[in-house]
Amino acid sequence: MSSRTQNFLVPIISIILGLIFGAIVMLISGYNPVAGYTALWNGIFGSSYNFGETVRTIIPYVFSGLAVAFAFRTGLFNIGVEGQLIMGWFAAAYVGFAWDLPTIIHLPVAILAAALVGAAWAFIPGILKARLGVHEVIVTIMMNYIALRSINPLIAAVTGGAERTPKVHESASLRSEFLQSLTDYSRMHWGFIIAIIGVFVMWFILEKTTLGYELKSVGFNRNASEYAGMNVKKNIVLSMVISGAFAGLAGAMEALGTFGNIASMSSFSGIGFDGIAVALLGANQPVGVFFAAVLFGSLKNGGINMPNEAGVPNEIVSIVIALIILFAASGYVIRLLLDRAGKSKKEVK
Amino acid sequence: MEYVIEMLGIRKQFGDFVANNNITLQLKKGEIHALLGENGAGKSTLMNVLFGLYQPEAGIIKVNGKEVKITDPNVANRLGIGMVHQHFMLVENFTVTENIILGHEPTRGGTINIKDAAKKVQELSERYGLNVDPYAKIEDISVRMQQRVEIIKTLYRGAEILIFDEPTASLTPQEITELIQIMKLLIKEGKSIILITHKLQEIMDVSDRVTIIRKGEGIGTVTTSETNPIQLAEMMVGRQVTFKTEKKEAQPKDVVLKVENLVVADNRGIEKVKGLNLEVRAGEIVGIAGIDGNGQAELIEAITGLRKVKSGKVELNNKDITGFKPRKITEAGIGHIPQDRHKHGLVLDFPISDNIALQTYYKEPFSKNGIMDYKKVRGIAADIIKEFDVRAASNMSLARSLSGGNQQKAIIGREITRNPDLLIAALPTRGLDVGAIEYIHKRLIEQRDKGKAVLLISFELDEVMNVSDRIAVIYDGAIIDTVFPRETNEKELGLLMAGQELSSKQSKGGDA
Repeated sequence: MSSRTQNFLVPIISIILGLIFGAIVMLISGYNPVAGYTALWNGIFGSSYNFGETVRTIIPYVFSGLAVAFAFRTGLFNIGVEGQLIMGWFAAAYVGFAWDLPTIIHLPVAILAAALVGAAWAFIPGILKARLGVHEVIVTIMMNYIALRSINPLIAAVTGGAERTPKVHESASLRSEFLQSLTDYSRMHWGFIIAIIGVFVMWFILEKTTLGYELKSVGFNRNASEYAGMNVKKNIVLSMVISGAFAGLAGAMEALGTFGNIASMSSFSGIGFDGIAVALLGANQPVGVFFAAVLFGSLKNGGINMPNEAGVPNEIVSIVIALIILFAASGYVIRLLLDRAGKSKKEVK
Repeated sequence: MEYVIEMLGIRKQFGDFVANNNITLQLKKGEIHALLGENGAGKSTLMNVLFGLYQPEAGIIKVNGKEVKITDPNVANRLGIGMVHQHFMLVENFTVTENIILGHEPTRGGTINIKDAAKKVQELSERYGLNVDPYAKIEDISVRMQQRVEIIKTLYRGAEILIFDEPTASLTPQEITELIQIMKLLIKEGKSIILITHKLQEIMDVSDRVTIIRKGEGIGTVTTSETNPIQLAEMMVGRQVTFKTEKKEAQPKDVVLKVENLVVADNRGIEKVKGLNLEVRAGEIVGIAGIDGNGQAELIEAITGLRKVKSGKVELNNKDITGFKPRKITEAGIGHIPQDRHKHGLVLDFPISDNIALQTYYKEPFSKNGIMDYKKVRGIAADIIKEFDVRAASNMSLARSLSGGNQQKAIIGREITRNPDLLIAALPTRGLDVGAIEYIHKRLIEQRDKGKAVLLISFELDEVMNVSDRIAVIYDGAIIDTVFPRETNEKELGLLMAGQELSSKQSKGGDA
């Protein structure tokens, strides 16, 4: 089997296997898998509204996936995407409602603010890792909680005690009447274009710049990078900062697109943590992350429809979705099985 | 004639690759039988077949005349076959006895009976003159003692046939002599030995017969007393080999590298380089001879900026470069073939072509304004790969997929092409076969003839004697003497390496 057909076959077989096992779970629990999957499909593509909602679910996943993947490529595990996202969310929402600027400046400034604040939030674990060797996993987890616990007081501080910020001004919003009219007033917004740009930016940094060469080199082999005269510490900090900027952008999508504001939070959004799965599913490749986010976001949004339309309870929906993702992520195992099948065929000959 | 082991017509294949083909090795009782071959010739495969790790596709194995199937190492152990590994399989913070009984712990009432075991270890140690303390911790004893622990381990398990895998690789000449004594004693006690090596002199010194394999094929078995090193080398390589690397007289000029009173500490803060002085001139190769762990690694890391200098000075072309960052030092004109090519020399998951750009990627022509020009990288890499005869499936193959020799050639190509004034080569031929070694030595000498300074660090006396114009012997973090290859010999160097200064001629005594 050529590697190209394999690259094409493996994800498809993986997802089919996931669907089969999901169906078995539904059967055992006494639900009709056909109805369940029809509901899932309809939840994703069934109406223009559902489709619009699917797209807007995908958008922040692209960014959180890119954030995790970027750090991974430099050998760092950024579990702090969630916290960086929350801080970016707040920054974009604040700039969006508190400042008055023309659209052409306001929107970019609000997006940039989210990226900068996300980057700053990731700078802390980066510098601690580079200077003192503190493991980034510990610090980023802590930073998540600091973000979660400080977001409500922050919202209260800028609003004079309210639970949510006012909606961002029109000039900073990613929503558009045009997209809403196309998708039956879904919350779909222009962020999908920014997400595609984000994918391109990550690809460009890693594959075209000297910075990307250094980051990858440090990720693969710190000792050889040091020997080659690269500043390993600087690269660690930079990698975290860029990763944090992507995470901040995920927050900006929520602030300027989906919700138009930030409301007080009692728990994490989960987008940042799901970004870890998205990144791994996408093999830490920009384009891979994009498709992984599409799969992830589609299942998330489509799954919402399953309890309503097919009566499959939320818990089972979560299991089914988790199974599909699990199989999609275990492409390695399937590759191995395909290889073995190919080999035994050869030996028979 | 009685054979204790007969491997007849062994064939072992991995996929399409034939690692062993029609190899016959017959070990007589009470002999030292050398197994000679280049790296990758299939020595290890053959021994792994004997040890039960691989199953042969064809051929039979007989032990004491009876045909056997050795399905796993436990079977080999039961048949009395023991292996002294090149890389010791010892738990550092266990005692000698604990290591020896590992996996076969004698128990009494559910607890390990360490006392009886230690007594048995003591007995074996005395019987074979090994002088090992059963209660010493592995991390506290020297390499040569650790090797003896490995020997006792096989004897403890009742081995009658001992396989020694490259046992002299990390020993000094004196220690090698001791090891040979031990081997001879083992033979006297009725054991039989297979000695895996590619060092010809050793074979001439100790073995009774030699079996040679080349590229997986059994070439034949000869009696040592009826052959000579040149013939053995030809059988091993398949062509004529020059032992003495041809070179003209050195023409040393200005001092390129000057190291003054250098003090460097290792990671634990222990001083490893203690006030070292060294000079390397343009147009000469200075070889640093010494036993591993006498400060060589720290010295190089300090010169190349990878390790902090505690005190002292490093000058390159009369310019102080002490404490410079690695990039500054590289740009000042130092090329470095690192000791550990996997750890420092290459990014194994990068393609070869990207590895060629490792130190110069940030400059034209490889990049411009922070944007890489991968087309140029591939183009220039292709030239270097061709010029230095790096054999890879493609220039885009990952460095990981290359053989050690080809990886090393790629590094040498990269370093030499940067045209440095000083080339540091640390163990440049470690683990490589005769052909690759010859090539690399030629390249080093070529640099010298171009008027560059070369600093060679090696644990191999042959290499130091052959390639260097001057030899600086390092012991305990300092250069204790500098000699000329023409005016010295292996014995004298060995004594120096063990820390005995020749001028005083006094034996310092004690256990090194």
